[in-house]
This record gives sequence, structure tokens and C-alpha cells, in this order.
Amino acid sequence: MFESWDAVVLARAQFAFTMSFHIVFPAFSIGLASYLAVLEALWLWTGREVFINLFNYWLKIFAVAFGMGVVSGIVMSYQFGTNWSAFSDKTGPVLGPLMAYEVLTAFFLEAGFLGVMLFGLERVGHRLHFIATLMVATGTLISAFWILSANSWMQTPTGYAVNADGQFVAADWLKVIFNPSFPYRLVHMVLAAYLTTALVVGAVGAFHLLRDRNQAGARVMFSMAMWMATLVAPIQILAGDQHGLNTLEHQPTKIMAMEGHFESHKNGAPLILFGLPDQAAGKVKYAVEIPKLGSLILKHSPDAPLAGLDTVPRENWPPVPITFWSFRIMVGMGFLMMGLGLFSLWNRWRGTLYESRLLHLFAMAMGPAGFIAVLAGWITTETGRQPFTVYGLLRTVESASPLAAPAVGSSLIAFVIVYFAVFSAGVIYILRMMATPPHHGEQGPSSDVPARAAGITPAAGVAAGGSAS
Amino acid sequence: MTGSIDLATVWAFIIAFAVFVYVVMDGFDLGLGILFPLFPQKADRDVIMNSVAPVWDGNETWLVLGGGGMMAAFPLAYAVLMPALYTPMIAMLIGLIFRGVAFEFRWRTLTKKNRWDIAFAGGSLLATLAQGIALGAILQGVHVEGRHYAGGWWDWLTLFSILTGLALVIGYALLGATWLVLKTEGELRDKAYHLSWWLLFAMLGAIGAVSIATPFLHIQYTQRWFTWPNIILTAPVPIAVAGVTVLLLRSLANKLDTQPFFLTLALFALSYAGLGISMYPYIVPQSITIWQAASPENSQIFMLFGVAVLVPLILGYTAWAYWVFRGKVRAGSGYH
Repeated sequence: MFESWDAVVLARAQFAFTMSFHIVFPAFSIGLASYLAVLEALWLWTGREVFINLFNYWLKIFAVAFGMGVVSGIVMSYQFGTNWSAFSDKTGPVLGPLMAYEVLTAFFLEAGFLGVMLFGLERVGHRLHFIATLMVATGTLISAFWILSANSWMQTPTGYAVNADGQFVAADWLKVIFNPSFPYRLVHMVLAAYLTTALVVGAVGAFHLLRDRNQAGARVMFSMAMWMATLVAPIQILAGDQHGLNTLEHQPTKIMAMEGHFESHKNGAPLILFGLPDQAAGKVKYAVEIPKLGSLILKHSPDAPLAGLDTVPRENWPPVPITFWSFRIMVGMGFLMMGLGLFSLWNRWRGTLYESRLLHLFAMAMGPAGFIAVLAGWITTETGRQPFTVYGLLRTVESASPLAAPAVGSSLIAFVIVYFAVFSAGVIYILRMMATPPHHGEQGPSSDVPARAAGITPAAGVAAGGSAS
Repeated sequence: MTGSIDLATVWAFIIAFAVFVYVVMDGFDLGLGILFPLFPQKADRDVIMNSVAPVWDGNETWLVLGGGGMMAAFPLAYAVLMPALYTPMIAMLIGLIFRGVAFEFRWRTLTKKNRWDIAFAGGSLLATLAQGIALGAILQGVHVEGRHYAGGWWDWLTLFSILTGLALVIGYALLGATWLVLKTEGELRDKAYHLSWWLLFAMLGAIGAVSIATPFLHIQYTQRWFTWPNIILTAPVPIAVAGVTVLLLRSLANKLDTQPFFLTLALFALSYAGLGISMYPYIVPQSITIWQAASPENSQIFMLFGVAVLVPLILGYTAWAYWVFRGKVRAGSGYH
């Protein structure tokens, strides 16, 4: 099997598959960790029981999602070596340290305090426990910092030199870390994670409000989530626009593919809303377009000239249809999110935030929208920088391991089977937890079974009994 | 350059340290998975899981540091070894997925027969076997041409790599058993004592078998261990193994709960030092030295700052987390 396949194509499929599964979990846990920190802070500050109930409710969901993020993440860190060894050899001196710093500053911080966050409330007291929660939340953000810096360097490499062995080496670490696309990508991704979480929390709140509009926990979480959607979705659209302008400056080919601009336009480019990009023919069929709007958005002038893919050699073209469509899906989701935010604001103003069935149904339907947008966005940016792994410098075909297709194909099949078996079970468990509303006296993960609630020492057991009452 | 302390040597020790911390920390919790089938009672299994639930994630992070650190400090070695160890690495990752998710999933399933218990046991066994096989495959050397691995994807499979795979399964199981001696009480602890005896003898047999087989792989290993004056430095290793074994047997006989685990760690440390003696200064035995594989100085120095500041900090808060969950784990007590 696989003898007639191309090993590089299989390796790319494996990366796309394992990465797509993985990104869903961090996107959710970055936002959820921050949300948990906010809930615990509100509980400590106000003493209102509803906040600790919500904290414990989401903590149990966090534990399951985080576990899946960890194990799918270990796969990513070893995949650079197994499937992309030539890439690892050439970029290791630059990207290796960034990832090592991610491990040292983020992964250990999250892992070290996770146990206390999940099981330690009765053991360490409120203050220390809150610090543990903050450390986990901070860890997720630091992790985003380093890994997005590494990804951004691959998109917009700066501050490097090439040594005698053909390896990229750092000439200026600050320029490597703070490369041109990094600030935009970091802001865009962290906001995406926050929105993703807000939409999930909002959908769960809406689901329980539809059944019982007086459910205390559901009301609080729904209101908080809708504030996030209202405030953050417009900011995200703005941040996305800025990120796009940055991409136009540093990776113009990617923008051409996103916009479907096969041809150059001397007197203002149209905005192609929809159409069927035909890579072979080099044109967008059945295009529905608005004249001049493309130049207006990208150049802030309706008549500004805009180069097309006809100025780029064909061997440097990214796959246009995928880039074009995934970009539209992401943008569409973004505007739907803003729509949800505005609709909730209108209902809030009318006093029907907890009554409007239409709003609740809308919010429920939007539950997965963040995940769809995150996936579509990453597909846009990763497909759009093809055929390179390090933009303009190292081709994807030159990055792969010297492996035969059967090896890569077999491991791909193994990952597909294992991921579907394991992660679909995890998603079912999470949905099952979400289906029950947060209730009075909600317990954390340590209470699922007697042994977990048990104090390891008698003294701690007494303390547990004391604070649980 | 050998003998002088240079950056590449420092980094070789850092990576070796990270891998060793991984081996001892994830070793005992993988060992618990290997022993899982021997503890069929649900109550026992709950206690076993709870003894590591708060710390397993931190334990596995050292594996990410070992891999990531190697890519950063010795990219050439990472690029050669990972394709050479392709199958064991994929198997290890899949094993780690199954056993990692089991920590949360096994409390969530509604079915009576808990398939995540099987996932935990099977995943732990698979990951351990794969790690042991990878170790053997590295020791026997891989086919390198230029800056690439040039062998096939089944080259790692030899009697020797199977031997090291089984040896590691026995070793981790012993770590797991002595961890249970440390963390549990009653019948569970008694059973763990019983298992520790058998596993210790098995481990001594495994250490012996690997030690005898290794010098036959390459003449360099033989020279490293048995020629004068090296023998002055290498002879203390087997002598120390004998000494630790005596202490370990005594602690098992006298039922001193805290000692067997730490003495087993000492056995691991000595075996690990033995490996280091065999391999140094090669990172890919017989092909690539640590100096050939080293990334440029500015990469290594940049990371050295981070390691110097952050690793002590990490060890500190990791120790705190273990301290918070110290003592014996009891089933059912404090239930309310």
C-alpha cells in the first residue's frame, strides 16, 4: 500500500490532520483558562456562590479538553523530527530555541500548577489556589506567544543568516522573535481563542436558558459570554483587517490567493465576493464582484493598482481554491459573531436577554463557530504560504524526511484511526457534561469519585470537609 | 576538545538531564499502567490513578523538553534519529495518547466495563516498549549519509532492541511497584511489595543482559569499558549497582515504605550513567558526535540563559506540587 504515493503529500496530509485536531483544544483552553481565572476572581471578590459553581462546572470540562490538548500536542512536537527532518536540521538553530522556551516558560508552568488547580482547592486554600489558576491561564498565553512567534518567523523570516551547512542561524534574536507578522498573528489568535470560548460558553448558557430561563448559572454565563461577543467580535474584525494589510506587505502572494486575484489590476482591483477559482485556467469562474472595493480595502484607495498572480511564477503559486474559500468561511463566521453580539446587545437593552428564544437559538447555533473560524483561518494562512515552509526560502518538498511513502502513509492511517476513536469519545464526554446545567453546590473534578475527594492525610481530609460545607 | 568543558558538552548534559528526569518521573507512572492488569479491583485502580493524577502532565512535559531541546541544541541529531526511530516514535506517541486521555476519560464513561482502563494499561505498555526499543536502536547505531538518515523504516528491529524494550518495561514496572509501596497502604501496598521482589530480580537480570550484550555491538563500547585506564572510572558503576541492590533488598525485607522507590531511582541513575559512558561523545553512536550535531553557539547560549533561570524554578514548583499531594492515597476516606 502507498508505494505509488508521494511521501511529501502524505506527510503534509498528516501534518494538516494532526494539526487541525490539535488546534481545536488549545483554542478552547486558552480562552477557558482565562475565563476560569475571571470566575474564581469574581467568586473571591464577591463571595457569590454562583461563581464557584460555574468555576467548578467549567473546570471539569477544562480538565478533559486540556488532557486532549496535551497528548495531541506531544505528537506535534515530535512530528517535526519524524516527518520533517530536513526542515528540523535547517531551522532547528532558529526555531528550536523558541520552542524550547515555550516548554520552559509555558508547558511546565501549566502542567506544574494544573494538578493544584484541578484537585487542590481544599489542600492549599483559596489564595494559593487562585494563584495556581492564574499560573495555568498565564501559561496558556505564554505558550501562544512562543508558538505564534515560531510560526510567524516561518511566514515572515527576519533576523537570520545561513551557515556553511545550509542551516538558518539567528543573527538577531529580537528580530527573530518579533518578526513582522508576529504581533498581528498573536493578537488575532488570542482574540480568536477568547471568542471561541465565549461562543461555547454562550451556547451552553443558551441551551439551559431555553429549558429554564431562571437557571442562575446559565443566566450568568450567558450574559458574560454575550458581553464578550459584543465587545471582542468587532475588535477581532479590525485586528483581522490589520493582519491582512501586514500580509499584503510581506506575503503578497497569499493575499492574491485569498482574494482570487489571478490578474493584475492597474486601475483598482474588484472585491470578488464569490466564485470558483480555477487554478489551471488562472481565473475565477462565475465571479460575483464589486468593482474597486478590493483596492479600497487593501490600499485604502479605489483606483490603486494591485498586482495579481500573473506576476508570480506558477511554481510559486499556493493552492488558490482552498485559500480563497477558507478565507471566506473565516470572514463569514466573524461577521456572524458580530451579528450575534449586536443582537444580544439589542435584547439586553430591551431587557429580553434571558427571554428571547430567537437569541438563544442563534447563540446555540453559533457554539461551534469559533472552532470553524479558527480552523478556516489557519488553513488560509498555512495554505497561502505554500509552496514554502520558510516563506520564500525553503520549499516544502525540500523539508520532508527521507522516508518512503509506506512509512508515512501507515502512520497517517494510524493517527486517523486513533484520533477519531479517542477524541470523538472526549468530545462526547464534554457534550454530556455540558448537557447538565451547573447546579447549586457544584463540585470540582476532585469529587467525581470518593477516592478523589478523599484527603491524602487525615488533616487535609478534615480541611476538605470544613471548606466543602 | 574532549575533556574540556565546552558548550556542546554542557548541552549534552542538559539534554541527558531532561531525558533522565523524564525517565524517572514518567517511568513510575507508565509503570503503574504496566501493572494495571495485575490490579483488577476498581477501588485499587482508583487509588493507583489518583496517586499520579495531579502530576502526570508535568511528568510528560520533560519528554517535550527532551525532544524540543534536542531539536534546538543538536538539530542534526534530532533530524537523523527521528526518521531512524520512525516506527517506535509513532508507537510511543499513540501509546501516550491512549494512556494520557485515560486519566480523565475513565471517570467520564458510563459503560460498566471501563475500556479506558484497557487504554491506560495498553498505552503505557506500548509507550514503554517503544522507548526501550528506541534506546536499543540508538545504541546499535543507525545508517547515516551526509546529513540524513539513510536506512529503512524497520532497521531498528533487532534482538538487541527487543531486549532493551523488555528491559525498560521491567524497569518501569519496578518503579511503579515501589511508587505504590510509597503511596498506598493495606493490601494494595502488600501486593506492591510482593511484586517489587519479582520485578527487582527481573530488572537485575535485564541490567545484566543489556550490559553483556552492549559491548558486543561495537568494539568501541568494549574498549570504553574494559581497557586501562578507563576501567578505573567504569568499574565503580557495576560495584555501585551491587551496593544499591543490597540496600534495596534490605528495604523490601524490612518494609521501609519510603526507601524502595528512591533506591530504584538510584538503580536507574546508575544504568543511565552506564549508557552515558558507552555513548559519549557520540549523540548518534559511531556516526555523529555532540560537536558535529551542535547548533551554533548563539543558539546554545540564548537557551542556556533560559535553562539556568527556569529549570531551578520549574524543579521548585514541581516539588511543591508533589508536596501538596504528599502522603498515602486512601480509597474512600473522607467521602461526603
